[in-house]
Amino acid sequence: MSVGERRLPVVDDATRAGVDPPNDHHDYVGTRLRAPKQPLVILPGTETELTGPAYGESAVEANDADLTRQHAGEPLGQRIVLEGRVLGSDGKPLRGQLIEIWQANAAGRYRHAVDTHDAPLDPSFSGAGRCLTDDEGRYRFVTIKPGIYPWQNHPNAWRPAHIHFSLFGRAFTERLITQMYFPDDPLFPFDPIYNSVRDEAARARLVSAFDIELTEPDWALGFRWDIVLGGREATPLEEHHDD
Amino acid sequence: MTEAPGLTPSQTAGPYLSIGLLRELVPTALVAPDDPGAVRIHGRLLDGAGDPVTDGMVEIWQADEEGRYGDEAFPGFGRAGTQDDGRFAFVTVKPGRVAWPDGGLQAPHLAVGVFARGLLKRVVTRIYFPDEEDANAVDPVLSALTAEQRATLVAVPDDGGLRFDIHLQGHAETTFFAV
Repeated sequence: MSVGERRLPVVDDATRAGVDPPNDHHDYVGTRLRAPKQPLVILPGTETELTGPAYGESAVEANDADLTRQHAGEPLGQRIVLEGRVLGSDGKPLRGQLIEIWQANAAGRYRHAVDTHDAPLDPSFSGAGRCLTDDEGRYRFVTIKPGIYPWQNHPNAWRPAHIHFSLFGRAFTERLITQMYFPDDPLFPFDPIYNSVRDEAARARLVSAFDIELTEPDWALGFRWDIVLGGREATPLEEHHDD
Repeated sequence: MTEAPGLTPSQTAGPYLSIGLLRELVPTALVAPDDPGAVRIHGRLLDGAGDPVTDGMVEIWQADEEGRYGDEAFPGFGRAGTQDDGRFAFVTVKPGRVAWPDGGLQAPHLAVGVFARGLLKRVVTRIYFPDEEDANAVDPVLSALTAEQRATLVAVPDDGGLRFDIHLQGHAETTFFAV
Protein backbone atom coordinates (compact mmCIF):
# COMPACT_ATOMS: atom_id res chain seq x y z
CA MET A 1 0.00 0.00 0.00
CA SER A 2 2.64 2.54 0.94
CA VAL A 3 5.18 3.61 -1.57
CA GLY A 4 8.76 4.06 -0.52
CA GLU A 5 9.98 7.61 -0.09
CA ARG A 6 12.86 6.89 -2.36
CA ARG A 7 11.97 7.26 -6.00
CA LEU A 8 14.02 6.53 -9.05
CA PRO A 9 14.46 9.49 -11.39
CA VAL A 10 12.44 9.58 -14.56
CA VAL A 11 13.06 11.04 -18.00
CA ASP A 12 10.54 11.84 -20.71
CA ASP A 13 12.41 9.85 -23.31
CA ALA A 14 15.68 7.98 -23.53
CA THR A 15 18.05 9.37 -26.09
CA ARG A 16 21.62 8.21 -25.76
CA ALA A 17 23.92 11.23 -26.00
CA GLY A 18 21.22 13.09 -27.91
CA VAL A 19 21.55 10.87 -30.98
CA ASP A 20 18.60 8.49 -30.84
CA PRO A 21 15.26 9.38 -32.34
CA PRO A 22 12.41 10.13 -29.94
CA ASN A 23 9.96 7.30 -29.37
CA ASP A 24 7.14 9.49 -30.58
CA HIS A 25 7.87 10.74 -34.08
CA HIS A 26 4.51 11.64 -35.55
CA ASP A 27 5.61 11.63 -39.20
CA TYR A 28 6.35 7.92 -38.87
CA VAL A 29 2.78 6.69 -38.59
CA GLY A 30 3.80 3.35 -37.09
CA THR A 31 4.89 5.10 -33.89
CA ARG A 32 1.46 6.50 -33.08
CA LEU A 33 -0.01 3.45 -31.41
CA ARG A 34 3.28 1.85 -30.44
CA ALA A 35 5.62 4.43 -28.97
CA PRO A 36 5.33 4.46 -25.16
CA LYS A 37 3.94 7.70 -23.75
CA GLN A 38 4.79 7.54 -20.05
CA PRO A 39 8.10 8.83 -18.70
CA LEU A 40 10.87 6.26 -18.46
CA VAL A 41 12.25 5.23 -15.11
CA ILE A 42 16.03 5.62 -15.08
CA LEU A 43 17.84 2.53 -13.87
CA PRO A 44 21.34 2.86 -12.50
CA GLY A 45 23.74 0.48 -14.21
CA THR A 46 23.35 -2.73 -12.23
CA GLU A 47 24.95 -6.00 -13.20
CA THR A 48 21.86 -6.75 -15.27
CA GLU A 49 22.41 -3.75 -17.49
CA LEU A 50 26.21 -3.80 -17.56
CA THR A 51 26.55 -7.36 -18.80
CA GLY A 52 25.31 -8.83 -22.05
CA PRO A 53 25.38 -11.86 -24.28
CA ALA A 54 28.51 -12.78 -26.19
CA TYR A 55 28.81 -14.99 -29.22
CA GLY A 56 31.87 -16.74 -30.59
CA GLU A 57 33.01 -18.35 -33.81
CA SER A 58 30.36 -21.05 -33.52
CA ALA A 59 27.67 -18.43 -34.18
CA VAL A 60 28.88 -17.89 -37.72
CA GLU A 61 29.06 -20.34 -40.60
CA ALA A 62 30.73 -20.21 -43.98
CA ASN A 63 28.98 -17.84 -46.39
CA ASP A 64 27.07 -16.11 -43.58
CA ALA A 65 29.00 -12.94 -44.43
CA ASP A 66 28.66 -13.37 -48.19
CA LEU A 67 25.02 -12.97 -49.15
CA THR A 68 25.83 -13.63 -52.78
CA ARG A 69 26.95 -17.21 -52.10
CA GLN A 70 24.10 -18.61 -50.06
CA HIS A 71 22.39 -20.26 -53.03
CA ALA A 72 23.41 -22.25 -56.07
CA GLY A 73 23.04 -19.21 -58.30
CA GLU A 74 24.18 -15.62 -57.80
CA PRO A 75 21.63 -12.96 -56.92
CA LEU A 76 20.82 -10.20 -59.38
CA GLY A 77 21.92 -6.70 -58.55
CA GLN A 78 24.91 -4.49 -57.97
CA ARG A 79 27.49 -6.49 -56.04
CA ILE A 80 28.95 -4.56 -53.10
CA VAL A 81 31.58 -5.00 -50.41
CA LEU A 82 30.60 -3.48 -47.11
CA GLU A 83 33.30 -2.98 -44.54
CA GLY A 84 33.82 -1.00 -41.38
CA ARG A 85 34.73 -1.10 -37.72
CA VAL A 86 32.72 -1.47 -34.57
CA LEU A 87 33.96 0.85 -31.84
CA GLY A 88 33.07 1.60 -28.27
CA SER A 89 32.19 5.15 -27.30
CA ASP A 90 35.79 5.44 -26.10
CA GLY A 91 36.96 4.81 -29.65
CA LYS A 92 38.35 1.37 -28.87
CA PRO A 93 37.62 -1.40 -31.37
CA LEU A 94 35.14 -4.03 -30.20
CA ARG A 95 36.42 -7.46 -31.17
CA GLY A 96 34.35 -10.61 -31.50
CA GLN A 97 31.12 -8.66 -31.93
CA LEU A 98 28.30 -10.55 -33.62
CA ILE A 99 26.68 -8.48 -36.35
CA GLU A 100 23.41 -9.59 -37.89
CA ILE A 101 22.08 -7.92 -41.04
CA TRP A 102 19.01 -8.20 -43.24
CA GLN A 103 17.90 -6.42 -46.37
CA ALA A 104 15.64 -6.31 -49.42
CA ASN A 105 16.80 -7.77 -52.71
CA ALA A 106 17.91 -5.64 -55.66
CA ALA A 107 14.29 -5.15 -56.72
CA GLY A 108 13.31 -3.82 -53.31
CA ARG A 109 11.51 -6.92 -52.08
CA TYR A 110 12.06 -8.75 -48.80
CA ARG A 111 11.80 -12.49 -48.58
CA HIS A 112 8.99 -12.23 -46.05
CA ALA A 113 5.31 -13.15 -46.10
CA VAL A 114 4.28 -9.65 -45.01
CA ASP A 115 6.05 -7.95 -47.91
CA THR A 116 3.52 -7.76 -50.72
CA HIS A 117 5.36 -5.19 -52.82
CA ASP A 118 4.82 -5.95 -56.48
CA ALA A 119 8.47 -6.67 -57.26
CA PRO A 120 10.10 -10.02 -57.95
CA LEU A 121 11.66 -12.24 -55.36
CA ASP A 122 15.12 -13.47 -56.24
CA PRO A 123 15.49 -17.23 -55.76
CA SER A 124 19.23 -16.68 -55.27
CA PHE A 125 18.91 -14.16 -52.45
CA SER A 126 17.75 -14.62 -48.85
CA GLY A 127 18.91 -11.23 -47.59
CA ALA A 128 20.30 -12.30 -44.20
CA GLY A 129 23.91 -12.25 -43.05
CA ARG A 130 26.11 -12.54 -40.01
CA CYS A 131 29.70 -11.99 -39.10
CA LEU A 132 32.02 -11.46 -36.16
CA THR A 133 34.36 -8.49 -35.88
CA ASP A 134 38.07 -9.27 -35.92
CA ASP A 135 40.73 -8.10 -33.46
CA GLU A 136 40.61 -4.57 -34.91
CA GLY A 137 36.83 -4.48 -34.63
CA ARG A 138 36.54 -4.88 -38.37
CA TYR A 139 33.64 -6.52 -40.20
CA ARG A 140 33.14 -7.29 -43.88
CA PHE A 141 30.07 -8.35 -45.83
CA VAL A 142 29.63 -9.09 -49.51
CA THR A 143 26.09 -8.55 -50.75
CA ILE A 144 24.08 -6.71 -53.38
CA LYS A 145 22.81 -3.17 -53.08
CA PRO A 146 19.24 -3.35 -51.80
CA GLY A 147 16.51 -1.78 -53.91
CA ILE A 148 14.33 1.14 -52.90
CA TYR A 149 10.78 0.11 -52.11
CA PRO A 150 7.43 1.78 -51.47
CA TRP A 151 5.63 1.69 -48.13
CA GLN A 152 2.28 2.91 -46.92
CA ASN A 153 3.33 5.60 -44.44
CA HIS A 154 2.11 8.51 -46.58
CA PRO A 155 1.20 9.04 -50.25
CA ASN A 156 4.02 8.07 -52.59
CA ALA A 157 6.29 7.00 -49.74
CA TRP A 158 9.53 5.18 -50.59
CA ARG A 159 12.27 4.02 -48.24
CA PRO A 160 15.84 5.03 -49.08
CA ALA A 161 18.01 2.00 -49.81
CA HIS A 162 19.15 0.55 -46.50
CA ILE A 163 20.51 -2.49 -44.72
CA HIS A 164 19.35 -3.38 -41.21
CA PHE A 165 22.13 -3.94 -38.66
CA SER A 166 21.86 -5.56 -35.23
CA LEU A 167 24.67 -5.43 -32.65
CA PHE A 168 25.12 -6.32 -29.01
CA GLY A 169 27.95 -4.16 -27.72
CA ARG A 170 29.58 -5.04 -24.42
CA ALA A 171 26.46 -4.77 -22.31
CA PHE A 172 22.67 -4.87 -22.36
CA THR A 173 22.77 -1.06 -22.39
CA GLU A 174 24.67 -1.06 -25.69
CA ARG A 175 22.33 -3.27 -27.70
CA LEU A 176 21.57 -1.54 -30.98
CA ILE A 177 19.42 -2.16 -34.01
CA THR A 178 19.78 0.42 -36.73
CA GLN A 179 19.85 0.94 -40.49
CA MET A 180 22.76 1.78 -42.76
CA TYR A 181 22.06 3.96 -45.78
CA PHE A 182 23.92 4.68 -49.00
CA PRO A 183 25.40 8.06 -49.89
CA ASP A 184 23.39 10.66 -51.81
CA ASP A 185 20.10 8.81 -51.68
CA PRO A 186 17.49 11.11 -53.27
CA LEU A 187 14.86 9.92 -50.80
CA PHE A 188 16.56 11.22 -47.65
CA PRO A 189 14.51 14.44 -47.49
CA PHE A 190 11.26 12.47 -47.62
CA ASP A 191 11.94 9.60 -45.25
CA PRO A 192 10.48 9.98 -41.75
CA ILE A 193 12.57 7.13 -40.35
CA TYR A 194 15.89 8.58 -41.46
CA ASN A 195 14.75 12.05 -40.36
CA SER A 196 13.60 10.80 -36.96
CA VAL A 197 17.21 11.37 -35.90
CA ARG A 198 17.03 15.08 -35.15
CA ASP A 199 20.73 15.82 -34.89
CA GLU A 200 22.16 16.36 -38.36
CA ALA A 201 25.63 15.07 -37.50
CA ALA A 202 24.17 11.96 -35.88
CA ARG A 203 21.93 11.38 -38.90
CA ALA A 204 24.94 11.57 -41.18
CA ARG A 205 26.53 8.74 -39.17
CA LEU A 206 23.85 6.41 -40.55
CA VAL A 207 25.16 6.88 -44.08
CA SER A 208 27.97 4.76 -45.50
CA ALA A 209 30.66 6.24 -47.71
CA PHE A 210 31.64 5.05 -51.15
CA ASP A 211 35.26 3.90 -50.96
CA ILE A 212 37.31 3.45 -54.12
CA GLU A 213 40.02 1.68 -52.11
CA LEU A 214 37.51 -0.93 -51.00
CA THR A 215 36.11 -1.23 -54.51
CA GLU A 216 37.39 -4.36 -56.22
CA PRO A 217 38.27 -3.96 -59.90
CA ASP A 218 35.88 -5.70 -62.28
CA TRP A 219 33.94 -7.15 -59.36
CA ALA A 220 32.23 -5.03 -56.67
CA LEU A 221 31.73 -1.49 -55.38
CA GLY A 222 33.03 -0.77 -51.88
CA PHE A 223 31.19 1.04 -49.11
CA ARG A 224 32.58 1.83 -45.68
CA TRP A 225 30.56 2.31 -42.51
CA ASP A 226 31.75 2.46 -38.91
CA ILE A 227 29.45 1.76 -35.98
CA VAL A 228 29.91 3.26 -32.52
CA LEU A 229 28.17 1.58 -29.59
CA GLY A 230 27.51 2.93 -26.13
CA GLY A 231 24.88 3.17 -23.46
CA ARG A 232 23.33 6.26 -21.88
CA GLU A 233 26.30 6.84 -19.62
CA ALA A 234 27.20 3.71 -17.73
CA THR A 235 30.46 1.90 -18.38
CA PRO A 236 30.08 -1.82 -19.03
CA LEU A 237 31.68 -4.28 -16.67
CA GLU A 238 35.02 -5.60 -17.78
CA GLU A 239 34.78 -7.72 -20.87
CA HIS A 240 35.24 -11.42 -20.39
CA HIS A 241 37.05 -13.38 -23.04
CA ASP A 242 36.66 -17.10 -23.18
CA ASP A 243 39.34 -17.69 -25.78
CA MET B 1 42.25 10.63 -32.56
CA THR B 2 41.55 12.16 -29.17
CA GLU B 3 37.89 13.06 -29.56
CA ALA B 4 35.41 10.34 -28.64
CA PRO B 5 33.44 9.24 -31.70
CA GLY B 6 29.73 9.98 -31.81
CA LEU B 7 27.34 7.12 -31.18
CA THR B 8 25.51 5.48 -34.06
CA PRO B 9 21.79 6.33 -33.70
CA SER B 10 19.06 3.74 -33.44
CA GLN B 11 16.57 3.07 -36.24
CA THR B 12 13.49 0.89 -36.24
CA ALA B 13 13.93 -2.83 -36.78
CA GLY B 14 10.93 -2.63 -39.12
CA PRO B 15 8.41 -5.35 -39.99
CA TYR B 16 10.90 -7.79 -41.50
CA LEU B 17 13.21 -8.32 -38.53
CA SER B 18 12.56 -12.06 -38.55
CA ILE B 19 14.65 -12.42 -41.71
CA GLY B 20 17.79 -11.44 -39.91
CA LEU B 21 17.10 -12.10 -36.26
CA LEU B 22 14.64 -14.94 -35.75
CA ARG B 23 16.87 -17.71 -36.99
CA GLU B 24 18.18 -20.71 -35.14
CA LEU B 25 21.01 -18.89 -33.35
CA VAL B 26 19.13 -17.45 -30.39
CA PRO B 27 16.62 -19.72 -28.66
CA THR B 28 13.23 -19.13 -27.06
CA ALA B 29 13.97 -22.03 -24.71
CA LEU B 30 16.98 -21.23 -22.51
CA VAL B 31 16.57 -24.57 -20.76
CA ALA B 32 14.82 -27.78 -21.75
CA PRO B 33 11.10 -27.81 -20.90
CA ASP B 34 11.70 -30.79 -18.58
CA ASP B 35 14.50 -29.02 -16.68
CA PRO B 36 13.63 -29.14 -12.94
CA GLY B 37 13.67 -25.33 -12.73
CA ALA B 38 11.99 -24.67 -16.06
CA VAL B 39 9.36 -21.97 -16.10
CA ARG B 40 7.35 -20.94 -19.13
CA ILE B 41 6.92 -17.20 -19.45
CA HIS B 42 4.49 -16.08 -22.09
CA GLY B 43 2.48 -13.01 -22.93
CA ARG B 44 1.22 -10.71 -25.61
CA LEU B 45 2.71 -7.57 -27.08
CA LEU B 46 -0.10 -5.04 -27.46
CA ASP B 47 -0.35 -1.56 -28.96
CA GLY B 48 -2.23 1.49 -27.72
CA ALA B 49 -5.50 0.27 -29.22
CA GLY B 50 -5.11 -3.07 -27.47
CA ASP B 51 -4.37 -4.76 -30.77
CA PRO B 52 -1.65 -7.38 -31.00
CA VAL B 53 1.73 -6.41 -32.37
CA THR B 54 2.33 -9.25 -34.80
CA ASP B 55 5.70 -8.26 -36.19
CA GLY B 56 7.71 -7.59 -33.05
CA MET B 57 10.52 -9.29 -31.18
CA VAL B 58 11.06 -9.69 -27.45
CA GLU B 59 14.53 -10.34 -26.05
CA ILE B 60 15.36 -11.44 -22.51
CA TRP B 61 18.67 -11.21 -20.67
CA GLN B 62 19.04 -12.79 -17.26
CA ALA B 63 21.33 -14.34 -14.68
CA ASP B 64 21.37 -18.06 -13.96
CA GLU B 65 19.75 -19.59 -10.88
CA GLU B 66 22.77 -18.60 -8.78
CA GLY B 67 22.64 -15.00 -9.92
CA ARG B 68 25.58 -15.23 -12.31
CA TYR B 69 25.55 -13.53 -15.70
CA GLY B 70 27.02 -14.99 -18.87
CA ASP B 71 27.82 -18.40 -17.43
CA GLU B 72 28.90 -20.77 -20.18
CA ALA B 73 26.41 -23.38 -19.09
CA PHE B 74 23.59 -20.86 -19.20
CA PRO B 75 24.08 -18.00 -21.68
CA GLY B 76 20.96 -16.24 -20.36
CA PHE B 77 19.85 -14.63 -23.61
CA GLY B 78 16.71 -15.45 -25.54
CA ARG B 79 14.61 -14.08 -28.37
CA ALA B 80 11.03 -14.64 -29.40
CA GLY B 81 9.12 -13.22 -32.32
CA THR B 82 5.54 -12.17 -31.69
CA GLN B 83 2.92 -14.23 -33.50
CA ASP B 84 -0.35 -13.33 -35.19
CA ASP B 85 -2.04 -12.82 -31.84
CA GLY B 86 0.92 -10.84 -30.47
CA ARG B 87 1.98 -13.81 -28.41
CA PHE B 88 5.53 -14.65 -27.40
CA ALA B 89 6.86 -17.35 -25.10
CA PHE B 90 10.11 -18.36 -23.42
CA VAL B 91 11.16 -21.35 -21.37
CA THR B 92 13.77 -20.39 -18.82
CA VAL B 93 14.65 -20.55 -15.13
CA LYS B 94 14.05 -18.02 -12.40
CA PRO B 95 17.36 -16.20 -11.95
CA GLY B 96 19.09 -15.74 -8.63
CA ARG B 97 19.29 -12.35 -6.98
CA VAL B 98 21.96 -9.91 -8.14
CA ALA B 99 23.48 -6.94 -6.38
CA TRP B 100 22.22 -3.38 -6.33
CA PRO B 101 25.00 -0.81 -6.78
CA ASP B 102 24.42 0.89 -3.42
CA GLY B 103 24.30 -2.41 -1.55
CA GLY B 104 21.65 -5.01 -1.01
CA LEU B 105 20.14 -7.39 -3.49
CA GLN B 106 17.61 -7.03 -6.27
CA ALA B 107 14.65 -9.35 -6.52
CA PRO B 108 14.93 -11.97 -9.27
CA HIS B 109 14.19 -10.37 -12.61
CA LEU B 110 14.66 -10.65 -16.35
CA ALA B 111 15.74 -7.68 -18.45
CA VAL B 112 13.48 -7.33 -21.47
CA GLY B 113 14.03 -5.51 -24.74
CA VAL B 114 11.25 -5.03 -27.30
CA PHE B 115 11.75 -4.21 -30.96
CA ALA B 116 9.10 -3.69 -33.64
CA ARG B 117 8.02 -1.63 -36.57
CA GLY B 118 6.92 1.68 -35.09
CA LEU B 119 9.55 1.57 -32.37
CA LEU B 120 12.43 3.78 -33.43
CA LYS B 121 14.55 2.28 -30.68
CA ARG B 122 14.39 -0.59 -28.27
CA VAL B 123 12.05 -0.23 -25.31
CA VAL B 124 13.22 -1.84 -22.10
CA THR B 125 11.33 -3.32 -19.19
CA ARG B 126 11.79 -6.03 -16.56
CA ILE B 127 9.88 -9.15 -15.60
CA TYR B 128 9.62 -9.91 -11.85
CA PHE B 129 8.27 -13.10 -10.27
CA PRO B 130 4.99 -13.29 -8.34
CA ASP B 131 6.26 -15.94 -5.90
CA GLU B 132 9.00 -13.61 -4.65
CA GLU B 133 6.84 -11.37 -2.49
CA ASP B 134 9.45 -10.77 0.19
CA ALA B 135 12.24 -10.00 -2.26
CA ASN B 136 9.93 -7.88 -4.40
CA ALA B 137 8.85 -5.86 -1.35
CA VAL B 138 12.40 -4.69 -0.73
CA ASP B 139 13.59 -4.57 -4.32
CA PRO B 140 15.20 -1.17 -4.97
CA VAL B 141 13.41 -0.79 -8.29
CA LEU B 142 9.96 -2.10 -7.43
CA SER B 143 9.84 -0.31 -4.09
CA ALA B 144 10.60 2.99 -5.78
CA LEU B 145 7.57 2.73 -8.06
CA THR B 146 3.87 3.31 -7.58
CA ALA B 147 1.61 0.30 -7.02
CA GLU B 148 0.24 0.74 -10.53
CA GLN B 149 3.71 0.75 -12.03
CA ARG B 150 4.77 -2.26 -9.97
CA ALA B 151 1.77 -4.22 -11.12
CA THR B 152 2.91 -3.93 -14.74
CA LEU B 153 6.26 -5.54 -13.95
CA VAL B 154 5.26 -8.64 -11.98
CA ALA B 155 4.25 -11.67 -14.03
CA VAL B 156 0.93 -13.36 -13.28
CA PRO B 157 0.63 -17.11 -12.62
CA ASP B 158 -1.61 -19.02 -14.96
CA ASP B 159 -1.92 -22.58 -16.12
CA GLY B 160 0.62 -21.97 -18.86
CA GLY B 161 3.27 -20.86 -16.36
CA LEU B 162 3.69 -17.12 -15.95
CA ARG B 163 1.97 -14.51 -18.06
CA PHE B 164 3.56 -11.15 -18.78
CA ASP B 165 1.70 -8.91 -21.21
CA ILE B 166 3.52 -5.89 -22.58
CA HIS B 167 1.36 -2.83 -23.22
CA LEU B 168 3.25 -0.33 -25.32
CA GLN B 169 0.63 2.37 -24.60
CA GLY B 170 -2.71 2.88 -22.93
CA HIS B 171 -4.09 2.91 -19.40
CA ALA B 172 -2.11 -0.24 -18.56
CA GLU B 173 1.10 0.93 -20.25
CA THR B 174 3.97 -1.19 -19.04
CA THR B 175 6.61 0.62 -17.02
CA PHE B 176 9.60 1.12 -19.29
CA PHE B 177 13.12 1.98 -18.27
CA ALA B 178 15.97 4.12 -19.52
CA VAL B 179 19.17 2.07 -19.23
